Amino acid sequence: MLSGRAAVAGIGATEFSKESGRSELRLAAEAVLAALDDAGLSPADVDGMVTYSQDANQEIAVARETGVGDLTFFSRVEYGGGAACGTVAHAAMAVATGLARTVVCYRAFNERSGRRFGQPNAGLSGEPTSQGLEMSWHVPYGLITPAAWVAMFARRYLHVYGATSEDFGRVAVTMRRHAATNPAAWFHGRPITLEEHQASRWIAEPLHLLDCCQESDGAVALVVTSAERARDLRRPPALIRAAAQGSGAGQMMMTSYYRDDMTGLPEMSVVARQLWEMSGLSPSDVQAAILYDHFTPFVLTQLEELGFCGRGEAPGFVRDGGIALDGPLPVNPHGGQLGEAYIHGMNGIAEAVRQLRGDAANQLAGVTNVLVTAGTGVPTSGLILSSG
Amino acid sequence: MTGTPTGTPTGTPTGTPTDTLHELAAKQAALGEVRGAPGPDPVNAPMIRHWLTAMGDANPLYLEQGLAPPAMAQVWTMDAPRDRSPVDDVLAALDAAGYTGVVATDCRQTYHRYARLGERLTPATRFTDLAGPKRTALGVGFFATWNVTWYDADDRPVTEMLFRVLKFRPPEVAQPYPLQPVVNQDTAFFWEGAKRGELRIQRCGDCGALRHPPGPMCPACRSTARTHAVATGRGTLYSYVVHHHPPVPGRETPFVVGVVELPEGVRIVGNVVDCPVEEVEVGMPLRVTFRPMDDRLVLPLWTPEEA
Repeated sequence: MLSGRAAVAGIGATEFSKESGRSELRLAAEAVLAALDDAGLSPADVDGMVTYSQDANQEIAVARETGVGDLTFFSRVEYGGGAACGTVAHAAMAVATGLARTVVCYRAFNERSGRRFGQPNAGLSGEPTSQGLEMSWHVPYGLITPAAWVAMFARRYLHVYGATSEDFGRVAVTMRRHAATNPAAWFHGRPITLEEHQASRWIAEPLHLLDCCQESDGAVALVVTSAERARDLRRPPALIRAAAQGSGAGQMMMTSYYRDDMTGLPEMSVVARQLWEMSGLSPSDVQAAILYDHFTPFVLTQLEELGFCGRGEAPGFVRDGGIALDGPLPVNPHGGQLGEAYIHGMNGIAEAVRQLRGDAANQLAGVTNVLVTAGTGVPTSGLILSSG
Repeated sequence: MTGTPTGTPTGTPTGTPTDTLHELAAKQAALGEVRGAPGPDPVNAPMIRHWLTAMGDANPLYLEQGLAPPAMAQVWTMDAPRDRSPVDDVLAALDAAGYTGVVATDCRQTYHRYARLGERLTPATRFTDLAGPKRTALGVGFFATWNVTWYDADDRPVTEMLFRVLKFRPPEVAQPYPLQPVVNQDTAFFWEGAKRGELRIQRCGDCGALRHPPGPMCPACRSTARTHAVATGRGTLYSYVVHHHPPVPGRETPFVVGVVELPEGVRIVGNVVDCPVEEVEVGMPLRVTFRPMDDRLVLPLWTPEEA
């Protein structure tokens, strides 16, 4: 059993910017050192490294730069932002099984000043891989950007549940309000109104510009070690109460249009089931949720898949202030990727740790369990982190 | 209906409208004969000698008698510092309208007398006609006709010429469509079908289950025996997006991409075309149409059923 065996003992990050002016490898190395320092550990203690399949920095390169010696465990978790919590799941498994003692998870990129994920890339359907073939049913029609892929689900959600663009907008407004009081957030001091959301230009109808998260340069790293050891380290541990990955039947990358009614995220349901089972907790037991918010519509869907509200009820839940800092389920107190930074979900895991430690910018009271999710629309992952 | 790689369902003409061209032509014709500047050099022996050599004309009489070959008419005023002739504005307007190709189709000359060594000729141009647009083997174009008369020092015509050109819109060089699918042995049947105007849905050779997108093994019975059905071509719009930003190579924004539900029981993605964006709605009945995107790709797209 994985629950409670490992913990996040350290978190580190670079600044979040639009142009870091540094190489991605340097960002990774800086974040890794910061996380080790936070934990009170040194590079010599590290014997495992995990990142995402899309990270440009190989584990061995990050190890070289930071002076880490032998690695007994390394892993690259697949499926883009869906991998965020999966890195911690892999690290926890390695620690729990003895494959490694101290594992660093990291994600580093110049996603704004370098390769931008939101730009069309005709090469997506260029290789005869399973993914290239999958993309070939969409890319030739110009369905080629993440915003458009998500918009296809969003339109169906609006149609089935009678929701409106304003329901998406309230998610963005809430995230920007949270970011406004987080000094580390790119949009610190810059909240938006629902009117501004509605007036922002169309990207891919029904998504406005302000339904889409920002693009960022930066890096975040986490140190995972055994719960027992973490308790002896510099900072209070964030116990990995549950960690899970999930892919659904008929799963595709961002374009699972050929299954069910396109109003849900079955892969997140797979994650949710495991998280609740593994942790022994229920939705009422978490004091905050870090929900992956690259695009607003999937925040609504996640609330439903995770059991925080029923099918089609998320718009009402959000309208009633359900995800605000003073609501029943504060979501992304740091401002999420819409407000703080887009670090492919890794910055959200760091926020969960801060909330448990009690030193977040928008610190909530009495936080003992935080649920974290990873990228949506793709095979995904999730965590429940707990104090202790 | 021919395809356009731009994704614009109804192309709008980008050139100057035909009416404007004809109005300009009428205006220029109304100017009548416009006198140009005299030739810079008089009719002279060296040019005649060069010309006879170039043409392979061995007749000695021209130089012996001091006469210019009549077909040399244009030569004498070719380098003249020209005032703008009434033809120039018409040709420039045709260029601007996209009719940039040019080919001479007629040149009829009338000789009143030989030009003599030492005399200077002065051209005068009269724009006479613009006909078109006409579809030609070179492309769609206009025939522009004008007359030039060369006068001597006494204002008597020496040579007259009717000249006609075809100004045509060169066929666009076929740009390869940038958004190509990768095709392998599991998917080739679909794209080959599209080229033949068939919307092909994979059918399991054993259990008969229909499936899209296709793949090498039937997820229902694990059979690798594959065949396909040809869909009726009807569908219902299940969901859609209107893409505005960022720009997509090979496409003009905004464009609509939809998930279409077929009565056969599968869904497929494709563009909704020939329909104003604001009239697209979930549930609308659609019919498939096949559009060549370049010389190797045909995409099945969707139009409103009533269209």
